[in-house]
Amino acid sequence: MNPCQFDGARRGFLKKSASVAALYFTPSVLVKTFAADAIVPMPISKEKLKFILNGKPVALEIDARTTMLNLLREQIGYTGTKKGCEMGQCGACTIHVNGKRLKSCTQLALNHQNSQITTIEGLAKGDQLHPMQAAFLKNDAFQCGYCTSGQIMSAVTCVREGKATSRASIQAYMDTNICRCGAYQNIVDAIVEVAKSGAKI
Amino acid sequence: MNHTHLHKQSTNRYKINFEDERVDGADKVTGKAKYTAEYNLPNMAYGVFVTSSIAKGTIKNLDTAKALASPGVLDVIYYANCPSVPGYLTNAAERPKNVFEWRGHKVLYDNQVKFFGQPIALIVADSLENANAAIRLVRAEYESQAFETNFELVRKDASKLKGTVAYKRGTENAFKTASAFVEAEYAIPAEVHLPMEMHATIAFWEGDDKVTLYDKTQGPKSTQTTVARTFGLLDKNVRVIAENVGGGFGSGLRSWANVPAALIAAKKLNRPVKIVLTRPQMFSLVGYRPESWQKIGIGADATGRFVGITHEAISGTSRYEDFREGIVNVSKFLYACDNVDTKYSLLPLDLSTPVWMRGPGEATGSYGLESAIDELSYKLKMDPIELRLKNFTAVNPENKLPFSDNNLKDCYAYGKEKIGWKNRPSTPGTLKENGWLIGYGMANGVFGAGKGSASVRALLNKEGKLTLECAVSDMGPGTTTSMTIIAAAAMQMPIEKIKFKLGDSDLPPGPSQGGSGTTSTVGSAVDLACTTLKQNLKDLAIKLVPAFAALKSEGLEVKNEMVIASSDPSIKITIVDLLQLSPDKQIDLMIASTGKTAEQLKFTSNSFSSHYVKLAVNPKDGTIKILQVVTTGDAGKIISPKTARSQMIGGVVGGIGMALTEQLEMDHVSGQIINASFGAYHVPLHSQIPPTDVWFVNKPDVNMNSIGAKGIGEIALIGFAAAVTNAVYNATGKRVRDLPITHAKLGFKGKV
Repeated sequence: MNPCQFDGARRGFLKKSASVAALYFTPSVLVKTFAADAIVPMPISKEKLKFILNGKPVALEIDARTTMLNLLREQIGYTGTKKGCEMGQCGACTIHVNGKRLKSCTQLALNHQNSQITTIEGLAKGDQLHPMQAAFLKNDAFQCGYCTSGQIMSAVTCVREGKATSRASIQAYMDTNICRCGAYQNIVDAIVEVAKSGAKI
Repeated sequence: MNHTHLHKQSTNRYKINFEDERVDGADKVTGKAKYTAEYNLPNMAYGVFVTSSIAKGTIKNLDTAKALASPGVLDVIYYANCPSVPGYLTNAAERPKNVFEWRGHKVLYDNQVKFFGQPIALIVADSLENANAAIRLVRAEYESQAFETNFELVRKDASKLKGTVAYKRGTENAFKTASAFVEAEYAIPAEVHLPMEMHATIAFWEGDDKVTLYDKTQGPKSTQTTVARTFGLLDKNVRVIAENVGGGFGSGLRSWANVPAALIAAKKLNRPVKIVLTRPQMFSLVGYRPESWQKIGIGADATGRFVGITHEAISGTSRYEDFREGIVNVSKFLYACDNVDTKYSLLPLDLSTPVWMRGPGEATGSYGLESAIDELSYKLKMDPIELRLKNFTAVNPENKLPFSDNNLKDCYAYGKEKIGWKNRPSTPGTLKENGWLIGYGMANGVFGAGKGSASVRALLNKEGKLTLECAVSDMGPGTTTSMTIIAAAAMQMPIEKIKFKLGDSDLPPGPSQGGSGTTSTVGSAVDLACTTLKQNLKDLAIKLVPAFAALKSEGLEVKNEMVIASSDPSIKITIVDLLQLSPDKQIDLMIASTGKTAEQLKFTSNSFSSHYVKLAVNPKDGTIKILQVVTTGDAGKIISPKTARSQMIGGVVGGIGMALTEQLEMDHVSGQIINASFGAYHVPLHSQIPPTDVWFVNKPDVNMNSIGAKGIGEIALIGFAAAVTNAVYNATGKRVRDLPITHAKLGFKGKV
């Protein structure tokens, strides 16, 4: 017998236990959900997309529904950009688009025709770590490392945009990036260090 | 199919300061470190869950036709078409001998709904976009049943409780006979782990009886065992890879629905299947810290000596599984007290099963106990640190064994000085700075320090490079780094010549990363492997090198990549030269390190912490600003100071969340979690974190293990929430006994 098959005996048991659930007893109700009939299946369009990724031109044909995050991770194989919520709330997917930081999970890739995109993979120059990457290492500005790419991408624009003027202003700018391991203090230390060094980033 | 090309250990291309930086850090700051969902196998399909929209009942009909017809959809797997899983059989007699029943919810197995958001079907498609698009096309009809999700309401009905365990030494309720006592109730809502990396599994069957999984797990070996026992496979035919783990905090200590679902789908479709949970699913499918209620009675005589402690607790569990943790344990042994009685019960609810979350039950229990002690200190008009000192004990009063070490007194001295305790007002609500009310608070944490068994392989190659291997995981504390440091110290060789490999069940067996046990357990094994390696090198020198022939191994040392005679340092040979002379040209050995020795078992071992908080409360609106934190740890020798400090800082951040922001919220009409996102469930952010000073006693606990180190993952958090609430009381005179503290609980309407 297939153990996953519907099991009459078990159903009988549950009926019984439902009838003795006294405190919040409500009669059994038949509930229908997911209004499938209302949804008309649509043809999926494939679209051409061109952009510059870490300095190199990319041209591909993609499912129009693809987010920039999923394009990078699932199709291009740039998994340094992380998926943490897909709601634009955690910042793990932060990338730079034309020099500005952006949460790539909230963006359809097709919004970025001809954009200049930089991901964490594009920061280091050959064997030379980007100053912010080096500062994160030195200040132990991470534990598990999963939010780190997004923190570093935000940290770079924080300095570039002149927001690294005080710890408080760095913290306010960086509130967009959640770190559940709690490396915040060390992240701010790293940003302060880079900002003070005057390194060109 | 050979998977090695998919699982390449990335190389450290970038220069690392090995003395002072995480050895795997470069991979993490460059995005090269690969986490579970980041492996793309050829022909891989994507699985997404359809979840229930009722809390309890029966699925009468599941219409999958439209989903199946949707572009790219390969299958919709649910109870009516799910292949047989041996470990799903409830009747033991029907299960093969090597199969255990899957504990937890049997996903895709039957038509029963046990909690809101339970997976009821798995859509498998050729792309993530196609899979996601089909979710809304599945139509479910349910017969819904009465359910209970309201912990606070249901716990008051004693008939609903189960699994009560009681403990007593001395007289019950003795606290009531004391000249001063406190009796109070404390509540903590359900809290959620929420590691930044979502739980994920990629399953790939390499034959009928052989499978490889990439899985987000804190224990590659435990996941291997779970999968082997559930699917009736040989352990050696199940490989679990978790090279990098993006946080866990306990959620990765067991396998959840994504594991069997990926295995079932990959087998049914005969291709690799990847399942990545969504963030909302992270709130309901991978455990949480259960909601709890505690009542604590504590009394002391006029000198402050505790007369009695009574600690009662209830915590929530699921209807289909019991989850129990050590909520009342701390009251039994942290302080000297002759009369202690505890009672702990479970309350089953129609929710998914909770699981250990950082500091597990001890974090819950310490919030209650450390708050009650603070309350008592005001009744006694005694400084709360003084009160704790009065009840210090070097012997564990529960098992009567001496603590292997207990340096809480040093923690008090440091914390008091550093936080500026002398400025603490003895009367609450009397100190102001810049118009804000100022308060100081402190609280202690404690957690058991264990040492389990682990095996380590050591391979010293002809270039003199050492590779160590153990199937443990590193979810962030820096295990790779601290194990490398232990080996470098033992071998007295440069750290950059050592590589520690973990995160793969094919490596020698190691523990799950949990309960603050990794450094002690695996570190002891690494230390033993190095000791054995050194002995082998000495023996080789005596056997193969004429200058050493007359010497005994006790008279030799291994250091600076050489074997050297202690009596005459001119008698020496480099390890590389020595291995060149040996028949194998390398040393490849495996050791097994066991739990505590008889000598070590004469002691009881714990790590301790003591946390100090200075905060400000705005008297106009109740806004709380934590100004300064000092956190101290007594955890034996600190192996890796930098990563240990980070762990303590992380515990503070978690503790701030527990005290001030985190609460899983339910709608009890539908049984649904209503704040399942970072936008609605608030974890602490950058701007909420005060400057934090970390200090360790850093004294080797010689009675504990060969390396003298104990764990810190739990004590970093345990007790911290009480330090905050105690400080809030000190600032305002308002005692909040249910977490998190909010404007409303402080009697303010809050900011508009």
